[in-house]
Amino acid sequence: MALKAEANKAAGSVLYDPRYRSIFYQVAALALVVWVGWFLTDNTLTNMEQRGIQSGFDFLNTTAGFGIIQSLIPYSETSTYGRAFLVSLINTILVAGVGVLLATVIGFVVGVARLSHNWLISKLATVYIETFRNIPLLLQIFFWYHAVLKPLPAPRAILERGEVVTFSLNNRGLYLPRPVFDTGFDIILIALAVAIAGTIFLSKWASKRQMATGAQFPIFRTGLAIIVGLPLIAFGLVALVEGGSPMHFDYPVMRGFQLSGGMPIIPEFIALVLALSVYTAAFIAEIVRAGIESVSHGQTEAAHALGLRNGPTLRLIIIPQALRVIIPPLTSQYLNLTKNSSLATAIAYPDLVSVFAGTTLNQTGQALEIIMITMAVYLSLSLMTSTFMNWYNAKIALVER
Amino acid sequence: MKFKTLLAAGAAIAMGSTMASASTLDDVKAAGQIKCGVSQGLPGFSNPDDQGNWTGIDVDVCRAVSAAIFGDPDKVEYKPLSAKTRFTALQSGEIDVLSRNTTWTATRDNSLGLDFTGVTYYDGQGFMVRKDLGVKSATELSGAAVCTNTGTTTELNVADYFRAHGMDYTVVAFEKADEVVAAYDSGRCDVYTTDRSGLAAQRVKLSEPDAHVVLPEIISKEPLGPVVREGDNNWGDIVRWSLNAMIDAEELGVTSENVDQMKGSDNPGIKRLLGTEGDLGGQLGLSSDWAYNIIKKVGNYSEIYERNVGPNTPLKLERGVNALWTKGGILYAPPLR
Amino acid sequence: MTKAQAYVKTEKTPDMPPPASSIGIIGWLRENLFSSPINTVLTILAALFVAWVAPPLFDWLFFSANWSGGPDACRADPTVACWTFVDTRISQFLYGFYPHEMRWRVDIPLLILVAGIAALVIDRVPAKRWVGLFMLIAYPILTWILLYGGFFGLDVVPTNRWGGFMLTLVIALTGIVISLPLGIVLALGRRSHMPFIRLICVFFIEFWRGVPLITVLFMSSVMLPLFLPEGVSFNELLRALIGVALFSSAYMAEVVRGGLQAISKGQYEGADSLGLAYWQKMRLIILPQALKIVIPGIVNTFIGLFKDTTLVLIIGLLDLLGAVQAGIADPNWNAKSVAYSGYVFTAFVFWVCCYSMSQYSRKVERKLHTGHKR
Repeated sequence: MALKAEANKAAGSVLYDPRYRSIFYQVAALALVVWVGWFLTDNTLTNMEQRGIQSGFDFLNTTAGFGIIQSLIPYSETSTYGRAFLVSLINTILVAGVGVLLATVIGFVVGVARLSHNWLISKLATVYIETFRNIPLLLQIFFWYHAVLKPLPAPRAILERGEVVTFSLNNRGLYLPRPVFDTGFDIILIALAVAIAGTIFLSKWASKRQMATGAQFPIFRTGLAIIVGLPLIAFGLVALVEGGSPMHFDYPVMRGFQLSGGMPIIPEFIALVLALSVYTAAFIAEIVRAGIESVSHGQTEAAHALGLRNGPTLRLIIIPQALRVIIPPLTSQYLNLTKNSSLATAIAYPDLVSVFAGTTLNQTGQALEIIMITMAVYLSLSLMTSTFMNWYNAKIALVER
Repeated sequence: MKFKTLLAAGAAIAMGSTMASASTLDDVKAAGQIKCGVSQGLPGFSNPDDQGNWTGIDVDVCRAVSAAIFGDPDKVEYKPLSAKTRFTALQSGEIDVLSRNTTWTATRDNSLGLDFTGVTYYDGQGFMVRKDLGVKSATELSGAAVCTNTGTTTELNVADYFRAHGMDYTVVAFEKADEVVAAYDSGRCDVYTTDRSGLAAQRVKLSEPDAHVVLPEIISKEPLGPVVREGDNNWGDIVRWSLNAMIDAEELGVTSENVDQMKGSDNPGIKRLLGTEGDLGGQLGLSSDWAYNIIKKVGNYSEIYERNVGPNTPLKLERGVNALWTKGGILYAPPLR
Repeated sequence: MTKAQAYVKTEKTPDMPPPASSIGIIGWLRENLFSSPINTVLTILAALFVAWVAPPLFDWLFFSANWSGGPDACRADPTVACWTFVDTRISQFLYGFYPHEMRWRVDIPLLILVAGIAALVIDRVPAKRWVGLFMLIAYPILTWILLYGGFFGLDVVPTNRWGGFMLTLVIALTGIVISLPLGIVLALGRRSHMPFIRLICVFFIEFWRGVPLITVLFMSSVMLPLFLPEGVSFNELLRALIGVALFSSAYMAEVVRGGLQAISKGQYEGADSLGLAYWQKMRLIILPQALKIVIPGIVNTFIGLFKDTTLVLIIGLLDLLGAVQAGIADPNWNAKSVAYSGYVFTAFVFWVCCYSMSQYSRKVERKLHTGHKR
């Protein structure tokens, strides 16, 4: 203590006191931030007033008047801009969600393939990774859309008028039968929910029992049986009572110009999902490889010495340790994928940037509000994804004793 | 001076840092050029050639304004804008005038802080389909997939039209005109809809231009014209009267070729136009030979029409409603007096 | 007396050769392709896949492609690549609309760039520090003077005539040169002990990492004048550059932070105990170590930035991809193969650049790797 006081005295003035210095720096930074904020806001307000630009969020309640090619919730030209915003937000989440799932699956497969002892397989995986991660994503989106999907044959060229199909891939998209749920279907859903809850409960009980007694329980097989079986039984019962299946399929039919009915998946969606997941999967594969390689070889040897075969070694020893290395960079890949989905605007997929920060902005001219909302949405999507992944990361983190 | 330029460069790539001033005309004069918003490529209207030089009827409007102010039609910096960015760019001061086949509508004029200054081209929205579809009328289009541009009146009109006729459709809306054409050409859509002039312009880009037919229906009015920011009336007037001068010149029979002889004309209308009588230029804050410069260096309306979109161009558009009011059209400029 | 016969072998028996099935080509095949039934199946499937994809691909790319003749030749056979399209347009793809007679002004900085990078990457070249300083400080200024002009009697070439691969390089390099120092400052700020400074840096980094680049570019390209006093405006390219640089500096900051965290606490304490002030400590002790560790991460950020430059085409700047797209839209070249050829060409250019960068980063990674490898 005394020494420190001495030192301060030696330095001579408060100027050299780190505490005062730090306060000074912070006050200066605060002043700068406040000034910049004030400067920008003031300019914006002045400019908007001077140029007679309308402001406010009233436009969200006015009629949009334009059509959107894909919407998961009811939407028509008479809906409001607010509704259009919701439609486009859901489209963004849909493409990002499907993209993340697909990218993870491809990424893990390719990452493991890269480490394969099979020379051909590992070389193919290398070629995949080095090709796709070194080409700009926008170019890949163009490739899938313009070069792969658009040259497919037109439905009129391959289908007769009135023809009913179960599956058709043409330049208008992928057409599949759409399941339609009739009365009584909710019972099956309830059965499914019960089965899932029961399986979770069972697995908790099984792992507790294994910890206590060492006795194993075939949880995977039992769980699968319950989850598949219970809804099937419910299905049979409902079918008996109702006198018919509680679910039927709506098949696409060829009419005039194109197929109608069924479940159409537009080519813009397919192209975007393919491009996003193939591109991101190349990065995930590298992350997975690095994660698996980061687990010391001694772990494998020790597991083999304990008599574990390759499968259980991978599942019980390697993967849990590798995941700790994999999760943080994987999170940023998920975030990147979500943000990159905004490139949809290049190929007319109706995502947030294309419909809301595009068409809506243009029709209403309220650039400031719309860009602010758009950025806020992406920020909160990012924050939500990282919060979830951080939670998962904390759950699997090494518990130090 | 040298030091100052050095500073400017040192600060990085800052180019046109002009300080605040109230009038666009002063800003433009200080900058030595007009910033003109054009499309990203619509033949006949605004399109860069192989060398990156811009041509087209919308481009000529900007050149006319430049000729009126500087006596030189090439003091223009062209900014290619998408339908999405055009209004924001004008509102924010990114460009001085927007001449980009933009339809004059009440909402745009009233709520966006913009002013339309006249009509360069009277257009209407039409449909194009492949001939082999066998469609003869737009009323047969129920269930079709329609390709169009995002954020345009076109997108709204097509929605109105199909709704009014109780027909289904799916709309595929692209950002750039080129993308719409490519999508339609590859068969992504059955129908391509935009302004009929646009259909004519884009048709030349199709792989088989003759395999397509434009349907007879015109489903909307699309008066296309230059736009300026609200609040600077003098600037709006300059753009408005530059356009009017070209139309009046056609009516008075003044062309880029005979404009020098016409300077000696006794016709008081021509005298006022060419600045040998009255002070129309001074009222606009321009020199007295402003309109002379426009006609000499850019041409009258008929000339720019024939040069860019007329029957001898790939677009092959007849004058139609765009003929002078004296010749059965609706082109009517207020008198220059 | 019979002598006991004993067999004593006086020389060593030579080793038996390994079985024929475990050496040579056969051994390699067994080891690497057919080691188990599953592997055999996989190998056969993969080989079938290669046989299915490769021949038509190479045929399309090289053997049957149109290497000469005009648009008509490509229209005549649209099923193969049309390299004449790339050939006739190559100068536009590389230089945009930069005036023909002044293209040496683009070539010189490019040559210096190649030489500079070579000097930095090749181990034997001495005085790396000075080369690095030159490339980071003097080179951008020199390049700017040459490209834009306005000095020493060079004509001004306005930035809206810049385009093609040259524009791609300008954007990427500016982003790199600005984002590195900015990222270091942000990373230091994020680890600062001053809570408010830390807060600002965290907000800044998380904001830029959270929003998509195209909304940033959109904002910078059309909305910026709204935020500035009336009449103040920047060049459009400059604004895109600022957007790209801020965006990548946030990513750079996170990479550098990783390096800072990896330096052991002892290094910080050691520097403190020597009585070094904050900036001395950082400059002399911490940053040289931290930056060395994260070179692969920095290079990866560069690669990402380089690929992201393509997004400027959405705001109307004609970079390489934009120039190619503009070329594809040319009605004179409306053969179907033109689009594929253009995209493949662009992909190849980007691939070469990014792949060489990533190979370099691998090399550094291996050099720095001191841990145990299996």
